[in-house]
Amino acid sequence: MNDWKNVWILAEVNHGKLSPTAYELLNAGRKLADDLGEKLCAVLLGSGVEKFAAELFEYGADIVYVCDDAHLANYVDDVYAKTLAAMIAQYKPNKFLLPATNMGRSLSAKTAVFAGTGLTADATEVLINKEDGQLHATRPTFGGNLMATITCKRTRPEMCSLRPMSYEKAVRVPGRQGEVIRFAFDAEKYTSLAKFIEFIKNEGDGLDLSEAEIIVAGGRGLGKPEGFALLKKLADRLGGAVAASRAPVDNGWIDYRYQIGLTGRTVKPKVYIACGISGQIQHMAGMSGADVIVAVNKDPQAPIMKVANYAVQGDLYEVIPAMLEALH
Amino acid sequence: MHIVACVKQTPKSDNVKIDPQTGCLIRSGAASDINPFDEYALEEAVTLKEQLGGTVSVITMGPPQAEAVLKDSIARGADAAYQLGDMAFAGSDTWSTSYALSKGIEKIAAQNPVDLVICGKQTNDSDTGHIGPQISAWLGWPNAAFVKKVVKAGEKSVVVERLTEDGTDVLEIPYPCVLSVVKEINKPRVKSPKGRILAKRAQVTKWTADDVGADKSKLGIKNCPTNVVKSFVPKREVCAVTVEGANGKEKAAKLVELLKENKYI
Repeated sequence: MNDWKNVWILAEVNHGKLSPTAYELLNAGRKLADDLGEKLCAVLLGSGVEKFAAELFEYGADIVYVCDDAHLANYVDDVYAKTLAAMIAQYKPNKFLLPATNMGRSLSAKTAVFAGTGLTADATEVLINKEDGQLHATRPTFGGNLMATITCKRTRPEMCSLRPMSYEKAVRVPGRQGEVIRFAFDAEKYTSLAKFIEFIKNEGDGLDLSEAEIIVAGGRGLGKPEGFALLKKLADRLGGAVAASRAPVDNGWIDYRYQIGLTGRTVKPKVYIACGISGQIQHMAGMSGADVIVAVNKDPQAPIMKVANYAVQGDLYEVIPAMLEALH
Repeated sequence: MHIVACVKQTPKSDNVKIDPQTGCLIRSGAASDINPFDEYALEEAVTLKEQLGGTVSVITMGPPQAEAVLKDSIARGADAAYQLGDMAFAGSDTWSTSYALSKGIEKIAAQNPVDLVICGKQTNDSDTGHIGPQISAWLGWPNAAFVKKVVKAGEKSVVVERLTEDGTDVLEIPYPCVLSVVKEINKPRVKSPKGRILAKRAQVTKWTADDVGADKSKLGIKNCPTNVVKSFVPKREVCAVTVEGANGKEKAAKLVELLKENKYI
């Protein structure tokens, strides 16, 4: 296994935009590479993506492997996974971190089977074990009730998807340089029977949740769909975004894509204001990484009141309008 | 149309208890049920069968008591049930589990060709989301994960909408293929009285690793590529401040003041 060298990260590109997870993976990967005394390499797959290499060097990559081809313009599992598996076979990385985004979860899983190696899902911490140089990936299971540390002893690369926002972004060093290595796309081999038809962008109804620094979330305690209009007012006033726990989504008050938690999305804003959310463990799994949690709830015994940094016992229909007034 | 839904018996998520000393799951007394995400997979399979005609088979890998989720699936509209049970499977990670399931699906397909395999997005105990994409990798079939809508299930292919962080991808995938579905896709039905009767009478086909022709060197805790080396209960740091005030209005003003003071807003 000694000929498997270097730490790889997948720099995900979505519709011409580098995913913020790329900077987080470069931060996590840099530490691993330094601990091993190996290089940090980023992988770019897509069409017209080579231009991102310069930025990846500035954020810590030593080498950027680029497979830039029109066939990779949109994400199709088999095309990407076969390309990635071929790159792994050729360059033999030691560790490989991917983002635990929707694309990264699916791609990492398929690639691991094609590459014949093990994969840890959705880790929140990755370390190099000093004794044997193996990757120790720690991840929440049972909806965050239990943490498990997972290794992949006998096969390489040791693959791991990393939960978005579990690491800070890498620090940019302007002018930092690196080496670009181009990998040729093979249209005969990297095929899929699936056909990409189109991408429909979410309507512009505010900030993308994954990038919002302030999130105002509503739960069952809103009592009615109109409650979200009030939360939207507060979110707009604070320059943030609106989200929800599971109950309002199940009740049809708001779209599923706003759902935070185990069944929905993971967010790590600076401030998370939970309104009328009791704080089931499944919801906490998606937002406990917030820097500050504010809970507004009628019930002082609600679990969220015990993890909140600021707990406000009261009726959200009284508290939120008063907050808006106080912010004027 | 022959659809296979993959299901797993998992502890009920609101009923998980962890031994704080050992960090192990306390299984005794923990109620188990069908993985909640798999209910959407099964519902989608049954809905498609009702629209297009055909058969829904369910498959699980697990200990003898996991038979209960297969019977439960029959009660919710599945027609045939298959259980992979063998000590050789014990302790398998997702790579090995998906391999075993792919061998089971191959065997089911040998009897009646399979068009579609549907999995839940993930399980509520391991939360990986690997199984759907990995089954498709072993079978060499195309797949899509995070499927939120089946737009059209045609004669030869299925058109699906896939959830991404910034929107929706539309893909057309020919049969046979594998879909992993999210909860937005449907509202699972409850068991019908007729279904309950069918479930009681249902025969579950049980297969070992040898029965499905699985290579045992790819199975079980000793052979799977990943292993758990440590588990522990996460510590939650709590530094709660109760925001005081005579009424909601006062508390709101105090909260805004605190958030501003600490430069959070």
